[in-house]
Amino acid sequence: MSTSFVCLVEKRFTIMMILLGRTAATLSLIGLFLFSVQSWAIAAEAVEPVATPPVVSSIEQALSQVTSEDESVRDAAIRTLVEQGDSNLLPRLEAIRANADRSARQAIKPLMDSLKNRANLTSPSTDIRRSAATDLGSAGRVWAIPWLEAAAANEPNKWVRYTMEESAALLRLASDDPLVRTVAAAKLGELCSQNGVTALKKLVAVGEGAEATEPEKVVAKAAGEAIQRIENWGFWSNVIETCFRGISLSSVLLIMSLGLAIVFGLMGVINMAHGELMMVGAYATFVTQQCFVAWFPSDVFDWYFIAALPIAFLAAAGSGLLLEATVIRFLYGRPLETMLATWGVSLILMQAARVYFGDLTAVIAPGPLRGGAQVMIGVYLPYNRIFIIGLSIVCVLAIYYTLFGSNLGIRVRAVTQNRNMSACLGIPTRKVDSYTFAFGSGLAGIAGWALTMVGNVDPGLGQNYIVDAFMVVVTGGVGKLAGTIVASLGIGGLNKLIEPSFGAVYGKVFILVLVILFLQWRPSGLFAMKGRSAE
Amino acid sequence: METNKPDKVNPVEPDKVAEGEQEGPSRRELLVRGGKVVAGIGVASLLGNLGNWALSYAADKEPIKIGILHSLSGTMAISEVSLRDTVMMAVEEINAKGGVMGRMIKPVVVDPASNWDLFAEKAKQLLLQDKVAVTFGCWTSVSRKSVLPVFEKNNGLLFYPVQYEGEECSRNVFYTGAAPNQQAVPAVDYLMSKEGGGFTKFYLLGTDYVYPRTTNKILRAMLLAKKVPADSIMEEYTPFHHQDYQTICGKLKKFAAGGGAAVISTINGDSNVPFYKEFANQGLRAEDAPIMAFSVAEDELRGMDTSALVGHLAAWNYYQSVDTPQNKQFVANFKAYCKKNNLPDGEKRVTDDPIEAAYFGVYIWKQAVEKAASTEVDKVRKAVYGSKFLAPGGEIMMDAANHHTYRPVLIGEILADGQFKVVSRSKGLVKPEPWSEYTNPDKGCDWVGHQGTYQK
Repeated sequence: MSTSFVCLVEKRFTIMMILLGRTAATLSLIGLFLFSVQSWAIAAEAVEPVATPPVVSSIEQALSQVTSEDESVRDAAIRTLVEQGDSNLLPRLEAIRANADRSARQAIKPLMDSLKNRANLTSPSTDIRRSAATDLGSAGRVWAIPWLEAAAANEPNKWVRYTMEESAALLRLASDDPLVRTVAAAKLGELCSQNGVTALKKLVAVGEGAEATEPEKVVAKAAGEAIQRIENWGFWSNVIETCFRGISLSSVLLIMSLGLAIVFGLMGVINMAHGELMMVGAYATFVTQQCFVAWFPSDVFDWYFIAALPIAFLAAAGSGLLLEATVIRFLYGRPLETMLATWGVSLILMQAARVYFGDLTAVIAPGPLRGGAQVMIGVYLPYNRIFIIGLSIVCVLAIYYTLFGSNLGIRVRAVTQNRNMSACLGIPTRKVDSYTFAFGSGLAGIAGWALTMVGNVDPGLGQNYIVDAFMVVVTGGVGKLAGTIVASLGIGGLNKLIEPSFGAVYGKVFILVLVILFLQWRPSGLFAMKGRSAE
Repeated sequence: METNKPDKVNPVEPDKVAEGEQEGPSRRELLVRGGKVVAGIGVASLLGNLGNWALSYAADKEPIKIGILHSLSGTMAISEVSLRDTVMMAVEEINAKGGVMGRMIKPVVVDPASNWDLFAEKAKQLLLQDKVAVTFGCWTSVSRKSVLPVFEKNNGLLFYPVQYEGEECSRNVFYTGAAPNQQAVPAVDYLMSKEGGGFTKFYLLGTDYVYPRTTNKILRAMLLAKKVPADSIMEEYTPFHHQDYQTICGKLKKFAAGGGAAVISTINGDSNVPFYKEFANQGLRAEDAPIMAFSVAEDELRGMDTSALVGHLAAWNYYQSVDTPQNKQFVANFKAYCKKNNLPDGEKRVTDDPIEAAYFGVYIWKQAVEKAASTEVDKVRKAVYGSKFLAPGGEIMMDAANHHTYRPVLIGEILADGQFKVVSRSKGLVKPEPWSEYTNPDKGCDWVGHQGTYQK
């Protein structure tokens, strides 16, 4: 309704504006020509003998005159090229630019960018179209307006169309006609465009100035309203994004802590090498990537990520089994010794990784998980984080199913609750211990696999995450999985709530202080095990 | 002396001496004894001198010890191992050409393991135990500040090859890396210029320690002096090893909306990878808000997925892609050296600014020793002032008084293969100013005319 009316008004004013623009340009060119004739008479140095009238008619002539020292001739040439040229001219323009002087180079560059972007407006790739529309909007050349609107009319993708309309409105804001500006301001408000805020604020400042004319005040009022609308929406989109970030951080914490929760919670083993088991999973992913690079054709490269999942799980589970059989088996029931021994193992693993892999291992994220999706104006959700959220939910469900719905699970719970009685009933407690530890380590491996998309893979990876993992497990209450989930949600959410106002450093400090205070009040965590547990 | 036993017939009292004879030893005996003593001393001194001559003859050909104080393990190993390799390569080259003043150089390599306190301990060991003539070391400002008292107290000499935040002027350190006016300030000048994009809003993002904090203090003073409004400057810090840049990238997006914003990144270490990844994943492009980094060089790019970094910028005094004949030779030599010694990554190793600075630091020291004809710190120091050397990136010159180095400033754009394309270059060498004109206009650094830092 109002959109189509605005469209109609816009169309009429587009034509008017173009005509106005052309008249203004011709008039200014004539004026410049007259002025330059005078300056030629004055100047001692010989200027290039261009005696022809400024407006040129053919592309070839324009190309030869685009490096002219006379600004008016140059501008006219550029205008011709913009109207009549297309991206085929780009190589020739590049060659001309390479040999031109500084001012000519600076004049030709926007022309080249405009031609390139105009061609890209009809590119098959969504990202390129969107990039082109954004660049045209920020370049500030009004000749791009008709292109943007023509492209927007045929654009299938909602967000590219949004960008095109936004860019066209931004360019219109610089128009001479106050009515056009008012309409453009309203359009920006309707689009809730953050990019327009700076320009709109300038219009408001002009309107509030002492010498503001009536039309300027009208424009300023429209701009003010638009700003109001944009900022309202900005507030809500910020809220949604903060919620998403909190959930995303919580999912990262959760994945890291699930393995530790099982090992610490169910078995009472303080595994300081948990971070290094995550590192094993991450390096397994790296090795899989390298294998794919070496042995498989490049178009199946993205599948390395899927292939790396079982490999990371098995590698970490295997390392966990080994660790359990060699070190932890002898230290059950002695938490301090376990802590020390596993700390030593973590140092060994870290340095082994450093010696074998070096410090420079790059894991390239698979194609489908790069970039993000725009779901609302101003709300852009990265794919890799959506993936990690999904993964954490799947992991939690898998653990619940394993623990409460399978044979292994019931044995694990029995051994945890009463080891001696379970042994009496014929459960092989040693084997169950090994499997539980391996399962917890495997989960750590999966966390490492997922985190290669978010962070980097280096020997210090475990050290970055271990403290947070322990914090979550202890706050949530040792022994209960639900506690870990709630604690990760709480810590992640709170962290993201505090961070915008206090910054990352103080945000972290705050969280740690809160956790300490919480544990003072409730030492056994959020969900404590009730009753006497038979040790 | 045997006394004749008196027989029973004529008892003679043994202690009685005949009158007229001397008491004690005779003159003859004295003379003989004295002569023996003098002869003994003469022989001993002759032998001693011979021994000394022998020792000093050997000492002239004795190798000169130098110290290499770089972390070979721990978080900084990723960067510092290459510097150790470079210094070793330079030493090998110099020894192959006959050494310094005819003496071979013997490097003493210690590993402070990214532990700042251990840096001071190892420095003490190098200076007092191994008695090295010079040390090449340190990377982070924390490590340098922790070894500074050791070098100053024991009058040692340290060559520090990494760009830093300035505000230091030590008699015992030669700074071959960039001072802020040779890296940070020209980088922001470039961004504000039309050629650089004419940016008007700046987001100063760094890791929370001395180098980013001091650099940002200087940059903020500079931006305010250039009439950039205070609300167009944002400053933010993250802890070491920070992995979650979601909120910061969200803030950046809002800050960059409308164009004209650039990010000045002094993020150090492994936090760079998650930052660039998150930046790209949130839909931000290098055209929307280019990130100008001061701590990302070819060596760090080796270990990153560069698809997220293409189009972003960095400011250094040297790149591997600099097109000079001596640089091509240097890069080839370095790759060959790594391959020959089976260093990790062998031929795929790259050179970058700190590597070049470490390399020419060794040669500057060698030149100074030869000019001073001695390895004594005070003489070498005087000989370093004003010396020039043809470094791989071009000729550099040591300042005549402030212990820093004249270097060119190059702005580079990151390419997909982890190399840089030079997009802007300073006209000639830039004089180093450890005390920035924006934050400390009244201070200068001069060890020739003054005693170090002085009030102008």
